[in-house]
Amino acid sequence: MHGVDQMRKSSIYFIYLAVNLALVFLLSVHALFAVKYASSGLTLKAEMVKKLELTDLCLFTEARYTRSLSQTDFNTPFQDHPMSLEHFPSGSIVEPPAQLLRKGDRL
Amino acid sequence: MRWLEKQRNIIDFTLSSLLRRKTKNIALMLVYTLVVFVLASVMFFAGAIKKEASIILRDSPEIIVQRMVAGRQELAPVGYMEVIKKIRGVQSVRGRLWGYYFEPVAGANFTLMVPEGGAEKGQIEVGKGILRSIRASEGDMLSLKSYNGDWVLLKIKGALSSESELVSSDLILISEEDFRRVFGISKEYFTDLTLHVHNSMELNTIAQKIQDLYPDTRPIVRDEILRTYDSIFNWRSGILLVIMSAAGLAFIIFAWDKASGLSAEEKKEIGILKAIGWETSDVIVMKFWEGTVISLSSFLAGIILAYFHVFFTSSTLFEPVLKGWSVLYPHFRLTPFIDEAQVMTLFFLTVLPYTVATIVPSWRAASVDPDSVMR
Repeated sequence: MHGVDQMRKSSIYFIYLAVNLALVFLLSVHALFAVKYASSGLTLKAEMVKKLELTDLCLFTEARYTRSLSQTDFNTPFQDHPMSLEHFPSGSIVEPPAQLLRKGDRL
Repeated sequence: MRWLEKQRNIIDFTLSSLLRRKTKNIALMLVYTLVVFVLASVMFFAGAIKKEASIILRDSPEIIVQRMVAGRQELAPVGYMEVIKKIRGVQSVRGRLWGYYFEPVAGANFTLMVPEGGAEKGQIEVGKGILRSIRASEGDMLSLKSYNGDWVLLKIKGALSSESELVSSDLILISEEDFRRVFGISKEYFTDLTLHVHNSMELNTIAQKIQDLYPDTRPIVRDEILRTYDSIFNWRSGILLVIMSAAGLAFIIFAWDKASGLSAEEKKEIGILKAIGWETSDVIVMKFWEGTVISLSSFLAGIILAYFHVFFTSSTLFEPVLKGWSVLYPHFRLTPFIDEAQVMTLFFLTVLPYTVATIVPSWRAASVDPDSVMR
């Protein structure tokens, strides 16, 4: 504690900066190795896409045109009900009305 | 060496000066870090998912042919297949069978699909997301209500790997016979058609030929599939950025107010420094270090926290936004594909403006007579 008290403020700041930079460096190394390590998983997913002839990521399962985004045409977002204009962003940004969240009422 | 020692002395003084207004500066750094954290999180997430989608989907079907009737996708007749097969350059055509099934108990949408090569009748393979949503495990039975109200009982033979959840979480791989029984689709129809071609350069020409032959079809080429994901995440990030820009603007106003309107105390400090012999350039250097200490520390803390958030906690804070109305959501961990250029852009957009905004007003205060500043 006595040592820290005697330390110059600039030294403490440089230590803080060095720790941060070291962390950034370590995270870059982590990213490098993680990308290498993930290649088998990515290959597995790519093979599954090829084998099953899939077209989309399973990210938004809330409605059919958000589940298979690439298969959506210009008409689909307007088909379900008049309030369903512009569904892509609203599904992830805006909460749907409470009555629509009831089980069985899901689109 | 003398120059270095001088800079250290100035930094020592700057830090003491910042610590005198501790509460204000800590609050500023917290807001600064938060803004960088949110911006960097969006940037890391969007970049990683875009890159992952481009890798995973690069082997998706070369051309998909949908049939459209009155603006809706309709089933494609087998007859279309036979004619399309004869187009020059087409290597093979396959009829895909897939569709959506809403499961009312779980409140989730499943994707039923017949794999190429078929599956065993009465048995299914399911994605992990489905097992979670219906609380089932391998060996259990799953009953699907068919188009006429009859129940089709299927045994869960196995689960698709957890590693593939990003593409398979809601998938049910089912036999052709069971699929047609559930949806009441006759053998003369498929959901859509997939094509393989000899030369990928001819994709657009073949797509055009299909449309000429069958004007009621909509061919989707692989590039469009890849482009969809490229643009959709830009767009989503764009929307998030709109929300965040409000926070960003608030921060800019905060920083600008702090940096441009020097308080009486700060002006007095500059006056005293000048009176005891500091040069105008020394005052500017001190203010440069003040801006750098705050902005650089906040930037580094912000990007480190964002990396942990996106790649170690699977973007926990974004999950409610991404989930939307979905009941079934995949468990996935993104691969940290980092774009250094984006990090640099974020650095120049956050660190530089603040540092400059700190220097300019101090330069004005430092160039006036110390006596008038102190009064």
